[in-house]
Amino acid sequence: MEIEENKTYWPIDHLRMDIRELIDGIPVGVALISPDLRIHAINRAMESLTGFDRKEAYGVPCRYIMRNNLCTGECPARKILEKEDQISAEGDIINLARQKVPVIINLSPLKDHDGKPIGVIETVEDISLVREFDQKIQGPSSYHNIIGHSPQMEEIFKTLQLVSQTDSSVLITGETGTGKDLLAEAIHLSSMRAKGPFIKINCGALPENLLESELFGHKRGAFTGAVEDKQGRFRMANNGTIYLTEIGDLPLSLQVKLLTFLDDKEFYPLGSNKPVKSDARVIAATHRDLNEMVRQGTFREDLKFRLKVIRIELPPLRERGDDIRLLMNHFLQHFSKKFNKRITGFSLNSIPIMLNYTYPGNVRELRNIVEFAVNLCQDEVIRREHLPSYLHEPITMGVPVSDNLANTSSNTSTPPMYRESLYKATSHFDWEKIEQQMIVEALTQSRGNRTGSAKLLGWGRATFYRKLKKYKLG
Amino acid sequence: MFHGNLGKQITMMEKILITIYEEDVAPRFDLSSVVFIASLNDKRETIERKTIVLTSASPEELCHMILSQGITHLICGGIEDEFYQYLNWKKVEVIDSVVGPYEEVLDLFLKGSLEQGTNLMFQKTQG
Repeated sequence: MEIEENKTYWPIDHLRMDIRELIDGIPVGVALISPDLRIHAINRAMESLTGFDRKEAYGVPCRYIMRNNLCTGECPARKILEKEDQISAEGDIINLARQKVPVIINLSPLKDHDGKPIGVIETVEDISLVREFDQKIQGPSSYHNIIGHSPQMEEIFKTLQLVSQTDSSVLITGETGTGKDLLAEAIHLSSMRAKGPFIKINCGALPENLLESELFGHKRGAFTGAVEDKQGRFRMANNGTIYLTEIGDLPLSLQVKLLTFLDDKEFYPLGSNKPVKSDARVIAATHRDLNEMVRQGTFREDLKFRLKVIRIELPPLRERGDDIRLLMNHFLQHFSKKFNKRITGFSLNSIPIMLNYTYPGNVRELRNIVEFAVNLCQDEVIRREHLPSYLHEPITMGVPVSDNLANTSSNTSTPPMYRESLYKATSHFDWEKIEQQMIVEALTQSRGNRTGSAKLLGWGRATFYRKLKKYKLG
Repeated sequence: MFHGNLGKQITMMEKILITIYEEDVAPRFDLSSVVFIASLNDKRETIERKTIVLTSASPEELCHMILSQGITHLICGGIEDEFYQYLNWKKVEVIDSVVGPYEEVLDLFLKGSLEQGTNLMFQKTQG
């Protein structure tokens, strides 16, 4: 047995051959490290993990063979030699194939008869499969309570991480119930302004003059009833975020004022000639088509461009694939806990009904359906009969909408609008045309009575009027 | 002012960056916070040497520095394929998995005998 010159003598050298054979049988990577922190021996598993042949690894400082991120800080092998009895830690290595591999390392001292450390034994276990599995079972990808696993949502989550680093205006678009409010709040909470206020205002909820005062504030005496100064939402949102929902409903006169604010970060409260500064980030949302509004002259194009520095479009639930199942389970857990019930899941016959529905009200509607079902359910599983009746009424595929309306007009318990769910299977339908047709049918049946038509369709009056305006049927 | 090819071959000045750890090539590119840069003249003689200490280790920052400094050759230890491919695509020659004292490694490079996986700390075993 030869020992090379200029090399630290290691008392276990004479065992080297036996030890090699011994460690070769171990299925995880094993390295024997000498007191001068050089590789003394590695097993086959370590060769395949690192890519280094045992001959080329011999005598090389272990950090060049392991290439573990933990080696860069306080060397774990040195710590073992100096004081520690055992170290177990997670890290990653970069192998010769230039792959970063997550690993768990375990280091223990090798001691002589007197208990003096004479080297270190290190095991390195590849945990990439475990990590991959962990990610799969960790459940839905989420971002501040927004849940989704579909490619569209994953893409949005990625974008959000970048958006949160910036301070630019954001425009969120998407159908009703897709989670625009949740998204706006998530952007605020993950931004540098998280400690500041998050002020939300619905631009469609107030008449123009009240809205102006609400947004920009007023001076005492600015108008009848203005008995004291009001600071307005923009000033309240200083150092935070102002979230303007239904921005499409903002009157043109206020659009100019908002435009000025976006440019100068200052505004004039009603009745005041002194500008007020506010450092607020603007996030706006709408379910309307702003491009169409610009074409119609009801929305300023320059405001649209200023708002959509960053634009995020939330996909409708019907396009989110497996997310429906994910959200069903999520809301089931949520409401079971809330209502103190022990519901474990959905029955096999209720699942296809839920999955085949088109959810015109998107996530909000799904949430309401699950809440309804959990309330009704006295068993351990949600069954078909616990679901709202409009979800599972048998209707022949391809029956014209007008027929549906006619058939169901006598059935007051079932809002006929939900028949749209049955059209999901016919993949090439034009939903807007069908909706228009439904409105016309409803108006015909109720002899032009709008309230009656709204009831017939199962819509609220506001929704009905909005749709009339949208399709220019008013 | 450049007026196209005037018949002279324009040679780009060679600049070598070595990621270092103490006196050696750093074991990992992504965790290196100290770099050594050597500029060569057209006779392949070192005309400038400098060591830069970065505020933190970041492979993205390193890539940015390599490109902004006009580095033509990177000598490093382990590097992830993503950065290796990116730098190659940016026409930076990457000589990775190099083990040894960086001064000796540089000498070897200047002699034209440094290659990927060069290990100056290799010790022969009898096996």
